[in-house]
Amino acid sequence: MTEKTPVLRLEGIVKTFPGVRALDGVSLTLLPGEVHALMGENGAGKSTLMKVLGGIYQPDEGQIIVDEQPVVMSGPLEAKAKGIVFIHQELSLATELSVAENIYLGELPRKRFGLVDWAQLEANTNKILKKLNVGFNAKTRVGSLSIANQQMVEIARALTVDAKAVIFDEPTASLTDAEKVVLFEVIADLQSQGVGIAYISHRMEEIFKITDRISVLRDGQYQGTVNTADTDEEGVTQMMIGRKLDLSRNESHHELGEVAIEVRGLSCGNLYHDVSFEVRRGEVVGFYGLVGAGRTEIAETLFGLRNPSAGTILMNGEEVTIQSPADAIARGISLVPEDRKGQGLVLGMNCRDNMTLPQVGDLTAGPFVSDGAEVAIFDQYRDKLDIRTPGWRQTVGNLSGGNQQKIVIGKWLSMHPNVLIVDEPTRGIDVGSKSEIHNLIRELAAQGYAVIVVSSEMPEVLHVSDRIVAMYMGRIIRTFTSEEVTEDNLIQAISGIEGGKVA
Amino acid sequence: MAEKNLDAVGRFLARQGILVAFVLFMVGFSLWNPRFIDIDNVFGVIRSSAILGVMALGVTFVVIGGNLDLSVGSLMSFSAIVVLDLHENPAFGPFLAIPVMFAMTMAIGALIGFLVGYLRLNSLIVTLGMLSAIHGLTLTWSGGQNMDIANQDATWFGVFGRGTALGIPIPVLIFGLLAAVLAILLAKTPFGRKVYAVGGNGTAATFSGIPRARVVFFTYLISSFCVATAGLIQASRTMGAQNTVGQGMELEVLAAVILGGASLLGGSGTVFKTVIGVLILGFIQNGLLLAGLQFYVQFVVTWVIIILAVWLDIATKRGKLWSAIA
Repeated sequence: MTEKTPVLRLEGIVKTFPGVRALDGVSLTLLPGEVHALMGENGAGKSTLMKVLGGIYQPDEGQIIVDEQPVVMSGPLEAKAKGIVFIHQELSLATELSVAENIYLGELPRKRFGLVDWAQLEANTNKILKKLNVGFNAKTRVGSLSIANQQMVEIARALTVDAKAVIFDEPTASLTDAEKVVLFEVIADLQSQGVGIAYISHRMEEIFKITDRISVLRDGQYQGTVNTADTDEEGVTQMMIGRKLDLSRNESHHELGEVAIEVRGLSCGNLYHDVSFEVRRGEVVGFYGLVGAGRTEIAETLFGLRNPSAGTILMNGEEVTIQSPADAIARGISLVPEDRKGQGLVLGMNCRDNMTLPQVGDLTAGPFVSDGAEVAIFDQYRDKLDIRTPGWRQTVGNLSGGNQQKIVIGKWLSMHPNVLIVDEPTRGIDVGSKSEIHNLIRELAAQGYAVIVVSSEMPEVLHVSDRIVAMYMGRIIRTFTSEEVTEDNLIQAISGIEGGKVA
Repeated sequence: MAEKNLDAVGRFLARQGILVAFVLFMVGFSLWNPRFIDIDNVFGVIRSSAILGVMALGVTFVVIGGNLDLSVGSLMSFSAIVVLDLHENPAFGPFLAIPVMFAMTMAIGALIGFLVGYLRLNSLIVTLGMLSAIHGLTLTWSGGQNMDIANQDATWFGVFGRGTALGIPIPVLIFGLLAAVLAILLAKTPFGRKVYAVGGNGTAATFSGIPRARVVFFTYLISSFCVATAGLIQASRTMGAQNTVGQGMELEVLAAVILGGASLLGGSGTVFKTVIGVLILGFIQNGLLLAGLQFYVQFVVTWVIIILAVWLDIATKRGKLWSAIA
């Protein structure tokens, strides 16, 4: 690397929250024209670091230096004024406004009497959109765009200022492969203009494709920076988690018990049709398919959140009707839902109360909730699942994604279910916790649980399942055993192709 | 080590901000006017806060459950008028008047609970509409007349509002007892936990098998029970009532609950904090009277207090006084 003036430097940043040292002397240098990956497990401090940089949090110690000038960031607007722009994972657009209005929100060009100069606005916007090579124009309503195109609007917004550094936070989380290509072109373009790019992502293949350097955080501490060309996935993973990952496929099968749950000809409106399968004790059955294939809807039906329009559900050979989650719980069915924060947890509640929520009515001494019984359950599953929290009084909203997910899993394991359904168990979770959760799922099967895993990540399904049910447009196309499944035949099945024919 | 203690003190102050404000206010006002802290004045304030306080206890459940109840003032007028009217009716008399009034008031609470809980209608709309509907019902019942007990010496009905036990006014005893029972219900029972869960994240509560609608229903039932109790105290104290006796109290009640620190978004608050909120409101209003301001100023002051309470709540949560994003 030649000696260039860094566009942005962070020096010895320290940020503490009650009970947690979220950032512990983190330093980072962003050079012009480089793509710099920032990696780390969930809870490693990436988001906190970005919030410090964006002025949402003030650091307890350390300095932010833009163009060799120490600065104090008071908020995102000031950061933007200094040429530091953020592209967030969660989009912050006004969906009812046009693309142009969103891009220039707050700084719309004006004419006399303070009226908006629409012609100017449209011209400016289209000039930027042209650079991004997108298929929509200034007047398009943002709500009508795909997530990928909405992200392009965010990027266009960044290009309205003379950006020195652009920070991308998990930009590809919801993009298709084709959309990723466009995004990477935009990034390359920014790079060639001398903009420094910070790129936060969990996806290794992207990191190795587009970045020049990689910096790693672990537990709030800076682990070092390496040139991307000098390392590989394993090396980075090692830096992130300090141990090796197990990426092998599932080959071990546990001894199977009787059928725990059987579904015959189940349909639910136009969500899914004529679905039949069974899950035995000791078995993990993976449901794999594209978004909208009907997997989550089946899980929700089994948990009493939807009423089937046809078909039967049998448990231990007897037909059952499940009309509410309370019914499902009473029959020993547990669901770890897809949306951890929206469906799985009460974020403002403490760890223990979240974990015991489904059974709080049973954990009583006389008319009162038994404190001791609750703490005992929490302690047991904290140890079993290795949940890292200062104590049960900690508010769940303050935990990292992986630990939050473990709280949800603990909550349902403590119900000792006959059938455990996990929907997208590792969404938004870092690699380390991911493999821990995968191992946990295998181990639960070994203990005799019947487990259903719904996932849209192929490695995950391959890794944990004894059998894989491939779904396409609400129908089961094929059920694979883990011996017969290959990447190719699985992809064909979820695209509606079976044995070379379109189903 | 000293630094750590200081930090802990700071956190305690931030968490108990409302308690600290209360103590500061009391000390400051007492220095200015010693009559304020006079034992008779203090008991007077607590006694006159009891009716508001009893209502605020119930609304605390509704608010923690993630809803509002703007009908409590109107419903309190209803229950006072009904119990007085039935008291004067020879077919009922005091023994029957009280349970029948409770049943009717709680039937209205159940209706609200059904609409908000089971039909999932917006609680603001439902209870604002109820405010008006119940007022109409009250006026229809009374024919627009004030209700009075004709022969006040011949009834024991005055005991709830005027009596004392062990030197403590009965309204204060009822308030204290109800506060204790409801505090335990909210903090120590499975039902209380479910109220927090439903208000904190209703979807997650559903996904945990908690019958959300039923929990919301019961919060309104509790609220209407408290309102009926307040109506009884009110009617008993004055041995008569106007149709509008509870008018405007819904806002004072809400002010007390928010002042205590319950979030309007649901999921947080405690009975104890509400009691503190009620006392603060009572002492502030009393202080204003002692300062020689007109009684009517308190309506303006109540509004200012609501705004301050909400602002302080949000400011402490985001750690600064204004939003950076204007």
